[in-house]
Amino acid sequence: MTPTLSAKWGLRTLAFGYLGLLLLAPVGMIFYKTFEHGIGPPVEAMTSPDALHAIYLTLLMVAIAVPVNTVFGVGCALLLVRHKWKGNAIIDGIINLPFAVSPVVIGLSLFLLYGTGGWFGPTLSELGFQVLFSIPGMVLASIFVSLPFVVRETVPVLQEIGTEQEQAASTLGANAWQTFWRITLPAIRWGVAYGVVLTTARVLGEFGAVTIVSGSISGETETLPLFVAKSFEQFDEQSAYAGAIVLALLALTTLLLMSIGGRKARTASSGPIPIAGDTAIATANTKEGS
Amino acid sequence: MEGHPATIPTAPPRAGLRLPGVGAGLGRGLIGLYLSVIVLLPLAAVLDESLANGFSAFWDAVTGDQSLAALKLTVVCSLIVVAINAVFGTIIAWVLVRDEFRGKSVVNALIDLPFALPTIVAGLTLLTLYGADSPFGVNIAFTRVAVVVALAFVTLPFVARAVQPLLIEMDREMEEAATSLGAGGFTVFRRIILPNLVPGILAGVLLAFARALGEFGSLILISGNIPFDTEVSSVFIRSQIESGNTSGAAAVSVVLLAISLLLLVAVSLLVRWSTRGGDSASFYTRVVKPLAARIGFGGGPS
Repeated sequence: MTPTLSAKWGLRTLAFGYLGLLLLAPVGMIFYKTFEHGIGPPVEAMTSPDALHAIYLTLLMVAIAVPVNTVFGVGCALLLVRHKWKGNAIIDGIINLPFAVSPVVIGLSLFLLYGTGGWFGPTLSELGFQVLFSIPGMVLASIFVSLPFVVRETVPVLQEIGTEQEQAASTLGANAWQTFWRITLPAIRWGVAYGVVLTTARVLGEFGAVTIVSGSISGETETLPLFVAKSFEQFDEQSAYAGAIVLALLALTTLLLMSIGGRKARTASSGPIPIAGDTAIATANTKEGS
Repeated sequence: MEGHPATIPTAPPRAGLRLPGVGAGLGRGLIGLYLSVIVLLPLAAVLDESLANGFSAFWDAVTGDQSLAALKLTVVCSLIVVAINAVFGTIIAWVLVRDEFRGKSVVNALIDLPFALPTIVAGLTLLTLYGADSPFGVNIAFTRVAVVVALAFVTLPFVARAVQPLLIEMDREMEEAATSLGAGGFTVFRRIILPNLVPGILAGVLLAFARALGEFGSLILISGNIPFDTEVSSVFIRSQIESGNTSGAAAVSVVLLAISLLLLVAVSLLVRWSTRGGDSASFYTRVVKPLAARIGFGGGPS
């Protein structure tokens, strides 16, 4: 069908208008507001001790939660794909749970487990562990919310590469680790990398779950998203905007990596094993990108 | 892997070729333990707390005036938002697939911005443009309109991304045949194109609805969190935690959780329905799986 010229322009206007008013204009506006009086005020706002600590804490969450979920994700994907078992469907369902749950509910669940009246809270505090309102609780929240990404990205790639090369390596005398490092991992690396990018984005921006378990104590348990919210609520708009810009820039970098990683993950020409099943999507992507 | 012959002595059959370092049994144990500590035990604690004072207390907490008002607002706003998404998501997908213009790849990448942008930043950006200091003079802050706008922002990619691959793959011949038989542009769209896009639109709508139900970060600054007016369920849960009513918070949480699980089931039923007959699992592999992976929302067995 060749739509009439007016229909084409009508649809174009609707799509661009919607995206512009909902996405572009608000994001552009916050950039404008931040740099309205030059680069000085936002830099100053971001170099205050509380802001620097919030950035440090956010990066710390990424540094802990992302590796933990990556190791778990790859291991879990290998198990789900390579070892048929009745219970796999249950494991798969549990892995999806974090995304069916509101971040606030995740926060509440950890609060109930590790709070003063919780299941583990009293015992742990007797042993000298403070989970709630401190870093361990925030780490647990970050791990919970970002758990499924690496598994979900790795499973389809593992299914597609098959086992022939792994079996060949094994026949030629490679042990399990050699097979994994030299054959399996290179073949699935873009899928894993894409999962890592998504995990990072989620951990960087997590607000709901962390706000419940952290207590949001400035300079102690305040991540960058919490810093933004609190600054805004305390009418320190300059700090809120500057913090939001830092997060937005991190998000834009993630977006860039997502579009590169997503394409690579689907084309996956890099591994030693050509991936057969995904040619349609790869072609579609090329078309779409042209 | 147990059945694979060990032709070389250094590669014993139970070496765990697929799962290096540990056998499948131990691997399952470790994964089970990890999932229990991270996911299952916390959620069990919520379920336990919601019933801590018996079922009638649970029911009272859910049907209390304030919690019911919040739940109604959440569901109604989510329904409005998915309806908006169904229309604009389809239009955006159409423009991205069938239209040609400069900078298309940039617009295509931009669609994912709401997935990447932290929710608190999303709320703040909307408040900057449509709040009290709006340069347009449009102040929607602390109104129900703000709730809808914020939810529309965070759920924008779902339908567009679900419809896009279906449009790319659609056979143009049927449309051409219809046109040559005298069908107008709108008739072709309604009779030929739209029926083919319905599964994608539905999948996107269900996933967007699940996301909207639990949304918190983007609403906290812009909605004003006014009880009986702009307070959604997730915000209500937080206010109950802060005032020490954890069993009330847990009861509403269980309701949200139950609705989300129903939506998960609906997505997998949709997959089964749309892949019935001979046309393999192409809808699932092309539409639901990539989308589900991207937003981390599972839509069926792996």
